[in-house]
Amino acid sequence: MKRFGITRVVGGLLAAGLMAAGLSSAWADQTKVGFVYVGPVGDHGWTYRHDIGRQAVENALGDKVKTTFVESVKEGPDAERVIQQLAASGHKLIFTTSFGFMNPTVKVAKRNPGVMFEHATGYKRGKNVSTYMARFYEGRYVAGVIAGKMSKTNTVGYVGSFPIPEVVRGINSFLLGAHSVNPDIKIKVVWVNSWYDPGKEGDAAKALIDQGADIITQHTDSPAPLQVAQNRGVLGFGQASDMAAFAKNAQLTSIIDNWDSYYVARAKAVVDGSWKSADTWGGFNTGMVEMAPFTNMPADVAKLAQETVDAISSGKLHPFTGPIKNQKGEVVIKAGEVADDGMLLGMNFYIEGVEDKLPN
Amino acid sequence: MDIFVQIVLTVITASTPLLFAASGELITEKSGVLNLGVEGMMLIGAITGFAVAISTGSATLAIFAAAIAGAAAAFIFGFLTLSLLANQVATGLALTIFGVGISALVGAAFVGVALEPLPKLAIPGISTLPVIGPIVFGQDIMVYGSFVLIAAIYWFLKHSHWGLVVRAVGESHDSAHALGYPVIAIRYMATIFGGAMCGLGGAYLSLAYTPMWAENMTAGRGWIALALVVFATWRPGRLLLGAYMFGGITILQLHAQGAGINVPSQFMSMLPYLATILVLVLISRDKVRIRLNAPNCIGQAFRPAH
Amino acid sequence: MIRLEPRKQHSEAMIYLTPVLALVLTMITGMIIFAFLGKDPLVALYTYFVLPLSTTYGLTELVVKATPLVMIGIGLAMGFRANVWNIGAEGQFTMGALAGGGLALAFHDSENALLLPTMIVFGALGGMAWAAIPAWLKTRFNANEILTSLMLTYVALLFLSYLVHGPWRDPAGYNFPESRIFPDAGTMPTLVEGSRMHFGAILALLAVVGGWLILAKALIGFQLRVVGVAPVAARYVGFKEKRLIWFVLLLGGGLAGVAGVSEVSGPIGQLIPTISPGYGFTAIIVAFLGRLHPVGVLFAGLVMALTYLGGETAQIEIGLPAAVAGIFQGIILFFLLACDVLNLYRIRIGWRVRHGGAA
Repeated sequence: MKRFGITRVVGGLLAAGLMAAGLSSAWADQTKVGFVYVGPVGDHGWTYRHDIGRQAVENALGDKVKTTFVESVKEGPDAERVIQQLAASGHKLIFTTSFGFMNPTVKVAKRNPGVMFEHATGYKRGKNVSTYMARFYEGRYVAGVIAGKMSKTNTVGYVGSFPIPEVVRGINSFLLGAHSVNPDIKIKVVWVNSWYDPGKEGDAAKALIDQGADIITQHTDSPAPLQVAQNRGVLGFGQASDMAAFAKNAQLTSIIDNWDSYYVARAKAVVDGSWKSADTWGGFNTGMVEMAPFTNMPADVAKLAQETVDAISSGKLHPFTGPIKNQKGEVVIKAGEVADDGMLLGMNFYIEGVEDKLPN
Repeated sequence: MDIFVQIVLTVITASTPLLFAASGELITEKSGVLNLGVEGMMLIGAITGFAVAISTGSATLAIFAAAIAGAAAAFIFGFLTLSLLANQVATGLALTIFGVGISALVGAAFVGVALEPLPKLAIPGISTLPVIGPIVFGQDIMVYGSFVLIAAIYWFLKHSHWGLVVRAVGESHDSAHALGYPVIAIRYMATIFGGAMCGLGGAYLSLAYTPMWAENMTAGRGWIALALVVFATWRPGRLLLGAYMFGGITILQLHAQGAGINVPSQFMSMLPYLATILVLVLISRDKVRIRLNAPNCIGQAFRPAH
Repeated sequence: MIRLEPRKQHSEAMIYLTPVLALVLTMITGMIIFAFLGKDPLVALYTYFVLPLSTTYGLTELVVKATPLVMIGIGLAMGFRANVWNIGAEGQFTMGALAGGGLALAFHDSENALLLPTMIVFGALGGMAWAAIPAWLKTRFNANEILTSLMLTYVALLFLSYLVHGPWRDPAGYNFPESRIFPDAGTMPTLVEGSRMHFGAILALLAVVGGWLILAKALIGFQLRVVGVAPVAARYVGFKEKRLIWFVLLLGGGLAGVAGVSEVSGPIGQLIPTISPGYGFTAIIVAFLGRLHPVGVLFAGLVMALTYLGGETAQIEIGLPAAVAGIFQGIILFFLLACDVLNLYRIRIGWRVRHGGAA
């Protein structure tokens, strides 16, 4: 009896294995596209938006593609294995959607020359490794313009995650936008040392409001700071998604990550064989950055915000146009010049008016 | 004055979930059971509370459901460790893994859904008094609940017969058994009560603190609650002190950052942890008193000899 | 009502049979869960348990994942035997990685073959130093190590965050939060060409052997065993409690530190903000799953590693949500831990104690 049972189990497993193998070969004409996420798709922030992009690929390309995702992959030793497994299991295009996946992506790409890789927010490329990111700072400039018009205390509270160039760039861009309409605006920054901790993000927003901020903005993932703004009767901006549902009386607008068209285009390029390594840094003009509807503000401010969007989108306005001085008062970008992408990428200084200090 | 009131209010909301979870764990540990699954039970409570609040619109039902869900998770733990004598430490950690998973699975449908925060109980005329009004009379029901809970636990352990029994069971299960007390049953009750309170702590997060659901939204608070029980040396009064001290320093360091203090934020974020260690060292020096409070049988399995 | 009746001696057969029973129960539960989710249960189980091990790469990755778990688990097991509750191995891991990794960064253009061995020593010292704080606070001030070791973990993680966001950033890395890549001389050699299985695996095996020797042969190992079984008696015979506390915490911290430096100089190759997916906490489960015995810890580490790999593979191959993988992992652990009871007890079901009934 026992032996019979064991043989059956082994037989069943073998059969299952064959079936699994059969399944993969039956869909050989499908292009498999893999996604590696740093958070859970249920974070309603960064990862959630990437997953919306993945769904867009499925919707747009239908039977031609099959998408796979692995969520909550910790940066560190696990990332390389997950990416390698995706490559080994027949995925032809793999999106790795966090900066910390950069070196693992590059390593796996070297071992798998036939697989295309797309790494978000990094700077290392290769024959089969593209990089892409979005010019969210354009959205933050627009948010700054709105804040400059709407603030009565001239103090903006900024809930920060970690002092990395992306976040520093956002803070500077926001303040440049604000100063373009109101030179008295100051920014206070509180770091919560986490991308995602709703309670602490909310507490940081409360602390900032208590210190006189009447506009709250954030570079963390949860809607908590915006909820706090609503409860305290001040205004704020959403992050990554339209967060109006969480704070319809407080959200001025939200800077939306929209990876849909980029992901569809890149997947399509792999399907029809035209994929090439590239460095894409898309802003308003490519649709990668979008603004949620302008709400809770007078019509003239909404109009000004829309004009700012249009000006940036058409290239008439660059947020980082000189003269720009750093905190010490030294000119870092001369009058009439704009910051080049190299400076933007590695930005490691605050402009005048930010009440915070960066670690060296 | 106004900023003082606001800081106190922030500290209260930040400390309440810790207080709930830690009080529950305190009773569990007093009975001699160490359940390291606090984080998992809090998450289960958080999603249950949120899901019920959204589906029924009733905050009362949501709070009850969260407590029941936390209790159910604790029951699994109790069954494994008390009836099957599985190792408590490892089972508790496995419960956290399980809780993270199941809350995420159930919660998938509730991501991005907004909920009105738990209403503040306003007493006309009194809640508008300066300072005292908003702090003492303008909280939501769960904040009051947390204070009642601490008082009740204090009374229970110190003055009630069954509190004495719980302590006896945690102190020496063999003696308690010899005296005819049902050790296992009492530990079940204490464990389930602990789970229910962790459920409430989680629900406070998803219903009042930040009314939303997102995966892993407890962000490590279960671990802090566990540490607070040790910090309190298993005394309810000190638990209150510990939870408010931890919450208070967390908030104050955020304020210090906002005020532009010139210290890297990582070092500021270390302060609540370092302060907790420092105070524990100060209060632990009286060896005899600590020994008296620490449940002797904590973490040890019990099986009646006959 | 379930009753447990103690066995007169440990059942030899049960030691081997309980894992099998746990596996069968897991399979049945897994089948129900997967069928409920609309996945073919057999395919799902195959994907979870077999597929990850079906390639050489998969096997080497199992070792990569198990290496830090085993190394930390051995140290923790010693401590738990002596009732020392070090739950801050994650912090000791981090400090080990910082001490060893810091050395690699200081000598980032070194080709000296002594760099790696020195880094490993520094890693051990870093972990020991961090574990020495709870040891000192406990022996000198009576402060409970559960709290101190856990709180120090957060401090260590924040310190790592500070270093990689600030002073230890790669100067050529556009101010992104990561250090330089370690030089070759500061990188763990791999054991299998084309894999990530590194020298740390050997260190983990050495830890298993060393742990076994300590328990079986050394006087302090004897004391550990006695303290675990009969703490009061141990005190009477005059075992120096403080010495034991220092010993197990330093050993646990040192091993966690070596695990930390092995990770950053092995599969990661640099310092980054997240160097551990919670190894220090998972190793606590591994220690108990291995019944606090070094050889048991070795197997438990491999099983635990497989549940992680299986979860990843199931996400990739059959689209199983990470949440379900977590639930399933929790259930496997429940079964493994619960089935342990059969080693020590017979289970009797019935309301009354029956005498003379067959087992």
